[in-house]
Amino acid sequence: MGKTLFDKVWDNHVVDQLEDGPDILYIDKHLIHEVTSPQAFSALNDKDIPVFRPQQIVATVDHNVPTLNQHLPIKDVLSRNQVAKLRKNCEEHDIELYDLGHPYQGIVHVIGPELGITQPGMTMVCGDSHTSTHGAFGSIAFGIGTSQVAQVFASQCLLVSKPKSMRITVDGELKKGVHPKDVILYIIAQLGTDSGTGYFVEYAGEVFENMTMEGRMTVCNMSIEMGARGGMIAPDQTTYDYIEGREFAPSQAEWQQKLKYWKSLPSDPDASFNKEYSFDAADISPMITYGTNPGMGIGIQEQIPSSQNESFQKSLEYMGFNQGDTLNNLPINYVFIGSCTNSRIEDFRVASAYIKGKKKAENINALIVPGSQQVAKQIQDEGLDIIFEEAGFMIRQPGCSACLAMNDDKIPAGEYCVSTSNRNFEGRQGPGARTILASPLTAVAAAIEGKIVDITQL
Amino acid sequence: MEKFTRLEQTAIPLEIENVDTDQIIPARFLKATDREGFGENLFRDWRYDKNNNPIADFVLNNPTFAGPILVAGNNFGCGSSREHAAWALTDYGFKVVISSFFADIFKGNALNNGLLPIQVSDSQLQTIFEAINENPNCELIVDLVSQYIEIPSIDIHIDFEINSYKKTCLINGYDDIDYLINNKHKIEEFERKRNA
Repeated sequence: MGKTLFDKVWDNHVVDQLEDGPDILYIDKHLIHEVTSPQAFSALNDKDIPVFRPQQIVATVDHNVPTLNQHLPIKDVLSRNQVAKLRKNCEEHDIELYDLGHPYQGIVHVIGPELGITQPGMTMVCGDSHTSTHGAFGSIAFGIGTSQVAQVFASQCLLVSKPKSMRITVDGELKKGVHPKDVILYIIAQLGTDSGTGYFVEYAGEVFENMTMEGRMTVCNMSIEMGARGGMIAPDQTTYDYIEGREFAPSQAEWQQKLKYWKSLPSDPDASFNKEYSFDAADISPMITYGTNPGMGIGIQEQIPSSQNESFQKSLEYMGFNQGDTLNNLPINYVFIGSCTNSRIEDFRVASAYIKGKKKAENINALIVPGSQQVAKQIQDEGLDIIFEEAGFMIRQPGCSACLAMNDDKIPAGEYCVSTSNRNFEGRQGPGARTILASPLTAVAAAIEGKIVDITQL
Repeated sequence: MEKFTRLEQTAIPLEIENVDTDQIIPARFLKATDREGFGENLFRDWRYDKNNNPIADFVLNNPTFAGPILVAGNNFGCGSSREHAAWALTDYGFKVVISSFFADIFKGNALNNGLLPIQVSDSQLQTIFEAINENPNCELIVDLVSQYIEIPSIDIHIDFEINSYKKTCLINGYDDIDYLINNKHKIEEFERKRNA
């Protein structure tokens, strides 16, 4: 029987198999950041264990950093200490750090791909659940806890049981105004927030084949929101073209050798999956969420469904919505475009193309947070910053920002925020804040109109 | 890691589904650089209002219920990979979480911190909720060695599954990190072969 893309990459990294237990899985690249690494370094220091392969680790600061005045010392003492701790740990253990002010600093899942660190056929981990993003390149990439961060520090390996496989196929052509974010929100709404638990997903079909790398990253990024540890897309010419020439991409003879390996990775035609779903692209409309988990999504024109489930009703109560409501035309005051889901240059191109010559509605606070220093530079080089500023949007410096509100970028209690991030959990964007997840296009349209609108109907 | 074999204690019912790790410990409390003290902010925004007054109808503030066993609704621990969620639960005093479904990363984090996640069926979960609500003083026996839960007051016995490697780790207090370091020769051999 044939092998799946996932099987091929996994099997290639198994150091040893424990009888009736997990595999020892070798990890090619380990990404770390300030929030989930300090206790892992302490665990190592307590046991007097060295970092085994420091050259396979890349560090940056993203989660708690301010998005204003990054050249100044961080005001918040705890955040400043956490960043200082990462600096000290990286120095002591000889780990490359892209610190504040470094041209490569940014959200860990934005910089990995843009620097060519992320490559097909790799295993990658990070103490962050959105590590699934890197699966867009046909790599096995997944989030881990801090104890596991320490394990990878100590051994470049993890003890993990092989997950089951799922394939989600979307064929056909997407309607105009329907973006990769809508595709993944649609899939999660159809399957539910726990449907992928225990599985690794492969996304297949025409929609993903025709998607850009950045679109594929948006899709794979949210695999965790249906419970899946990771999501993958088979590498193809789009993948190779994206990687070629990037800072840490292989070159010359090594490139040819890698390319040969990458081309062997796509799932064999006779490979079988533990679970399969397929959807028709024509059924997908611009999506928004109405509740407090990413599975609670509907098309903008649709009504909020009914349910007697207590948790469902608690969720609607938090959001201030009723069963049967439509969110089309809902007035909102906040818009956030950023996060590891949607803060890459294409997202800002889509956003700026729509708002060019327009102005945001007066009531709107619109925050633009690039995913990395390189994206910020591209925004300037392409003159998009002028478009955003003329339309009344605030452009900030790179970081996770209002996606999880660890810094000052918070949405006030009770306010609705149309956000391009990945989680609409209670209080995610600040205590009491109400998050409505959407694509960058739907988000900018809301900023211009001052309310939620269906872009396909304008 | 603390060892776990068996306990016989009361439990706290948290009848909410899809409890994500942002609720267990909100992101603004993740700025510490050690593992201690997270219990204080466990379920912070459900436990306290914006003026830091306890919210009376949240179960952890209800003196009727107490104990080191948390019984929670379906899909517990979804969302962020933050191990701080497991640290907050253990720091507060929980040793066992029972649910009908756990998110993967949370489950792994719990096991790595001596917090036993036990998955039961939907109907078994309802039975447990009913038993606790009817008699908050009823004790649950959780036996890891023989892999069962019993509630003597309603005469119910539930067997549960656990990966045998993880079971050994919990019973003996072993960390994965020790196992991996003891296998370093295999890892170096693997590296040599793939670079050859």
